Amino acid sequence: MIFLTVGSADPFDRMVRAVDEWAASRGRRDVFAQIGKAQYEPRHIEAVRFLSPSEFRERVRAARLLVAHAGMGSIITALEAGRPIIIMPKRAGLGEHRSDHQVATAKQLGQRQGIIVAWDEKDLVTKLDREGRLCTPTMIAPGASPELVATIRAFIARPHEMEI
Amino acid sequence: MKKLLAVASGGGHWVQLLRLAPAFTECEVVFVTVQEAYRADVEGHKFYSVSDATRHTKIRLIRAALELFWIVCKERPEVIISTGAAPGYFAVVLGKLLGARTIWVDSIANVEQLSMSGRLAGRHANLWLTQWPHLATKEGPQFRGAVL
Repeated sequence: MIFLTVGSADPFDRMVRAVDEWAASRGRRDVFAQIGKAQYEPRHIEAVRFLSPSEFRERVRAARLLVAHAGMGSIITALEAGRPIIIMPKRAGLGEHRSDHQVATAKQLGQRQGIIVAWDEKDLVTKLDREGRLCTPTMIAPGASPELVATIRAFIARPHEMEI
Repeated sequence: MKKLLAVASGGGHWVQLLRLAPAFTECEVVFVTVQEAYRADVEGHKFYSVSDATRHTKIRLIRAALELFWIVCKERPEVIISTGAAPGYFAVVLGKLLGARTIWVDSIANVEQLSMSGRLAGRHANLWLTQWPHLATKEGPQFRGAVL
């Protein structure tokens, strides 16, 4: 399965439509989508609006590939599951988000193995056509980096007086 | 056992907070987020869900602030940690006023600049962290690793 997820916060019709049309033109029946508040109703792929966290993880596990907005929840979940992910950033200029931080996220994290950036709908189609040949990311451990965990743990353990 | 209040908005904020959980093993953790459905992610821990507010939804923002105020008064945590966004800001500011020590971990999604809530909350945080080395400054935030 290919699992498309665009988050639950803002609609991302541009992406839902592109994947729906790609599935139709390639005759793909193995796409499942979580479309949030999308106005566009997909006609060629199975879609739900929202998934609980456990259903979401189940869908990720069952998928060979994730296709998502460039949100950290989707990206981290893909890396934790060791699944390749194609991300397309939401654009503030198109009213898809309040800032262009997803563009910056995509630029930075697109350098990691297994994270593939699609900059627009056309690029998304190109990347989807290559989906059988995408690199799998190295699966990440369940926790944050050891330094970050140690820093927070040490801060919590400190006696209260030390802050004053 | 120290009581820790761990606060995050939905989506990436919540996923990042959960990746910090190995740092919480010595604590009694109370989780606060904006989706009732996330309760199952932290089974066995005390859990609250509050209004899903952003700085663009003023009424909900006030409601979230009141909810956080009530939770902090009731739980009296020794330490408060947040990965953002608006509810975490309130938790850090109100918690500091009420005597808690506070940690702000700015979301890894903020690559080019700190989040608005991060810039505001950072001044109230005893430990103020960014997840990108190039965003660290002498006055804070510091870079001490990332959730990835």
